[in-house]
Amino acid sequence: MTTNSKNLPTAKKSFRSRQSKGDIAFEIIVVILLAMLTLTIIYPLYFVVIASFSDAKAVVGGQVIVLPVSVTLENYKECFKNGDLMQGYGNSFQLLIYGTAIYLFLTILCAYPLSRKDLWGRNGIMVYCTIPMFFGGGLIPTYLLVTKTLGLSNSWWAVILVGGVSTYNMIIMRTFFMSSIPFELQEAAEIDGCSPLRTLISIILPLSIPVICVIGLYYGVGIWNSYFTALIYLSDKNKWPLQLFLRQILVNADLSVVDGGDASDMARRAMRAETIKYAICVLASIPMLVIYPFIQRYFVKGVMIGSVKG
Amino acid sequence: MDMSSPTRSPSVKRKGFMYWIRQRRINKNWQFYAMLLLPLVWYFVFCYMPMPGVVLAFKKYSAMKGVYGSPFANPWYKWFLKYYQSPYFSRTIGNTFYLSFLSLLLGFPLPILLALLLNEVRNRAFQKTVQNITYIPHFLSTVVLVGMMTCFTNRDFGIVNKAIEWAGGTPENWMQVPAVFRGLYVGSGVWQNMGWDSIIYIAALAGVDPQLHESAYIDGANRYQCMWYINLPSIMPTVVIMLILNSGHILSVGFEKVYLMQNDLNMAVSDVISTYVYRISLLSSNQFELSTAIGLFNSVVNCAMLVVVNSISRKISDVQLW
Repeated sequence: MTTNSKNLPTAKKSFRSRQSKGDIAFEIIVVILLAMLTLTIIYPLYFVVIASFSDAKAVVGGQVIVLPVSVTLENYKECFKNGDLMQGYGNSFQLLIYGTAIYLFLTILCAYPLSRKDLWGRNGIMVYCTIPMFFGGGLIPTYLLVTKTLGLSNSWWAVILVGGVSTYNMIIMRTFFMSSIPFELQEAAEIDGCSPLRTLISIILPLSIPVICVIGLYYGVGIWNSYFTALIYLSDKNKWPLQLFLRQILVNADLSVVDGGDASDMARRAMRAETIKYAICVLASIPMLVIYPFIQRYFVKGVMIGSVKG
Repeated sequence: MDMSSPTRSPSVKRKGFMYWIRQRRINKNWQFYAMLLLPLVWYFVFCYMPMPGVVLAFKKYSAMKGVYGSPFANPWYKWFLKYYQSPYFSRTIGNTFYLSFLSLLLGFPLPILLALLLNEVRNRAFQKTVQNITYIPHFLSTVVLVGMMTCFTNRDFGIVNKAIEWAGGTPENWMQVPAVFRGLYVGSGVWQNMGWDSIIYIAALAGVDPQLHESAYIDGANRYQCMWYINLPSIMPTVVIMLILNSGHILSVGFEKVYLMQNDLNMAVSDVISTYVYRISLLSSNQFELSTAIGLFNSVVNCAMLVVVNSISRKISDVQLW
């Protein structure tokens, strides 16, 4: 530390090279702490994956710790044989696609006009959109409205529309339109004869891919992972999303996933079910984790946009 | 729209309706208003139309007459009184408050700590790896998370119990032990969201002026002091905003996870307002009015909480939401 005052840190390199022993020790401690934390976070996930590829006996016997034991695809085969799960998968995918498309459509249609400073009544409309963030009708009034007044019980429309647009995401998108796209671009387009709709399609949207990806991901993950609205509004099992079937199998310990074997064989079935559950966990999470690497680089950007007060 | 074209303007009265329209460019911007139509209708139907439905909290509901046609309860605060006098009042409020307080106590500072530590790592590759791994659990659904916990803590097969046996303890179906319910709830929440919640602080830390660090270095500060006395105060506004927002949820525990973790054996500690509201209305016994009353009470408390915390924060740190 004594040499510090002699040469001012002009370049980053010199700044870096002057680390005292204490600083190095500090950094080592930080790295060790973070490595430990990362291990605690990744291990349960890793365990689920290796257990899903292992033989049931080995998993139940506690032998699977670091590597899968007697690798097998049996657990996954069992999952694919299960009609309920596949039905849920298909339903969830459809809900995911329709829902994300509808939410993004509504969010963009709301965010773009509200990003225009020359729009009369903009602040009033903003307030109108913000109030529901803090106050809502509550469970029963919404339920009665959807099922009685709108007659949407047992319909995917209820599940999609009740979740609906998130004002928070709308504000993120609006802030992006306002701060990351120069207003001069819009003015130039207008002078060249672009209508607002045309400006949106040809100018704004192509420049907003990052924010659309991030918000699409937020919506998509939300739809894929939620089960409450489906639990309330869908009574018909054929329409259930994956999460409701998962709830039956994983949480309510429904053993019907393991077919074959008779009732006397309960212990064996319970044991088999255990590894199949791990495989189900993996299968249920894969779609979200597959999109993740593609959108991951936009995360910090997306959150930063949101944190700018607009 | 052609009525308002500029060529017609001399014939329009100066203070007429079209003048008013044109002055605000509403005619030029009609496409914007057309775009807004659909989202605003959605907001109206699904956010505003249920709102007057809270009168149900003061009524004697009959399915025949509908929410608005039903007569008022006698006395009007009947359902609130009923909730207040029921044994579930203290249980649900206590559990809700306790659970969200514990979640806040642990779940709030840890992401900040994670961001501060990550910021100290010079090795970019290591930093990115840690970040990306800690985000992953956020993408698991609550059902999968609770399913994993159930599997891990299964008395006969779970890995947790294998470890406990190995260490000489007695295995247990931990999901059914009331004493560990809160720990499991809060711990799994931290595990799932710590990384994700740290993003906003990482973003805030990226905006800290490096000159501050350089001058601190010249004055002889070490890395630890830089973190503690420069980085942390620099992100304090973000921290306070997040704290205010989070405290607005102090009386609302997410329904989804608690409901999944709930079972007959841990009911005494896991019964929260949202699960109680669901249980008495849609799951069984159709007590719509009572359920609405509790919901109303809950959101009023949440709003009040937000206002109180915001004004405290305004007094002591001039960071505020409004």
